[in-house]
Amino acid sequence: MAEKLKLAYFLAGGCGGCDMAIVDLSESLVDALAHLEVVFWAPTLTDLKYKDLEAMPDKAVDIGLYSGMIRLGEQEHIAKVMRRKCKVLIAYGICAALGGIPGMGNMHTKDELFRTVYFQTYSTDNPDGIAPQTKCVVDGKYELTLPEFYGYVRPLHHVVDVDYFVGGCPPHHTFVGKILEAILTGDLPPAGSWITGGKSACDVCERNPAARGQERESIKTVKRTIDGTPEEGKCLLQQGYLCLGPLTQGDCGSLCPKVDIPCRGCGGPIPGVKDFGLRAISAIAGLLEKEALVDQIPSPVKLFYRYSLPGSLLGKKAVRSENAEEDRNQPDDKA
Amino acid sequence: MKDRPDAYYWKPNILVFACNWCTYQGADLAGSLRYSYPTSVNIIRVPCSGRVEPEFIVEALKKGADAVFVGGCHPGDCHYKEGNFKAVRRFNLLKRVLTSMGVEPERVRFDWISGSEGKRFAEVMTEFDETIRKIGPNPLGRGGNG
Repeated sequence: MAEKLKLAYFLAGGCGGCDMAIVDLSESLVDALAHLEVVFWAPTLTDLKYKDLEAMPDKAVDIGLYSGMIRLGEQEHIAKVMRRKCKVLIAYGICAALGGIPGMGNMHTKDELFRTVYFQTYSTDNPDGIAPQTKCVVDGKYELTLPEFYGYVRPLHHVVDVDYFVGGCPPHHTFVGKILEAILTGDLPPAGSWITGGKSACDVCERNPAARGQERESIKTVKRTIDGTPEEGKCLLQQGYLCLGPLTQGDCGSLCPKVDIPCRGCGGPIPGVKDFGLRAISAIAGLLEKEALVDQIPSPVKLFYRYSLPGSLLGKKAVRSENAEEDRNQPDDKA
Repeated sequence: MKDRPDAYYWKPNILVFACNWCTYQGADLAGSLRYSYPTSVNIIRVPCSGRVEPEFIVEALKKGADAVFVGGCHPGDCHYKEGNFKAVRRFNLLKRVLTSMGVEPERVRFDWISGSEGKRFAEVMTEFDETIRKIGPNPLGRGGNG
């Protein structure tokens, strides 16, 4: 038998759901492990330390899976180490690929987050007004350190070069199986692309009117998920539930609409879409019957950018910096 | 230079997406009739305001535009029947997103300007330029590669 492929896995700013998606492979994982050797899996599955990964020779690992977004100095450090040690680095799961749920933190600045979390909430007891520091000396002699909390959430490809992206929150385990198979057989797309079947969630959705020979209708009302119960078998968008299936990768098999939950776009954008949220605005707004419906959509940023804010064109909240004055000082060509 | 009031020597960079059938003709008419409008205005002709995707507007703001204007035909006048209706829905939704993300809502504007409204084109551009001069440079543009 050929030599086993070496696999490294790191969970950064994520919830561990992507780790679970691999474990969910159950028996197929046992078969895959005949061809895979886990050389690093922190912090969930193995007891290996960062220094073990750092001690490996460069390019010693065949496949690196990085899940979770990057907010802390520690996560950034391991991302750089992984890039050095791994021949192929995969942003695994939507957090690593585009920022994911924690990416919505980019709607606020670091100062706003700290003020709320460490000072303003009712249950906070912080009379000295201490916010997290990167260094602190305990008992006058022990210097303790914490990783730096950066101003914004970043997806993996903003920090290091990424070979492949995998969407999903988490990626569905049958799809993870296909990814592992593709890796083991070397049947991978060109570097820098998403690993996906390329079909949208609508394409594989049972509610798709096109698949049922029905006409596409415009959206006549805007409903939230809690408003009523969707009609069985009818497209959620046509019933007013804002489903993002039209532009989301359908490698999940369109599971959420099956159980009356509109797609929220965790799969990542289908090929050809540069910015998920902006294209979602375009798609949904174009389907609205009346102009007044635009204002009925609750918190559009959290709806359209639920999984993709840090990796989008906007990326983070725009802040007027102190240098705003400097920028005004560009001379007019006529002055 | 530095002791002059800011507005005197900072010139905004305003991008105008003008529909080929109405707003662009309006701009053309403004020129023919010798109406003057600010030099900060840069026009890009598009087939229809419905062709302006939200990506265009955000990319412009990221790459150095201080403000973006989208001009379409008056309701009912669209050459493609409903392109301008789709455009205004997309635009209003995008404006809500931009406002939540810290971009001043005044920085993006949508208006109907027909091919016969040369004077109105000049007036709207002058007014828009004044608004942008008051609110100053675009915070998104810094750190962009424009």
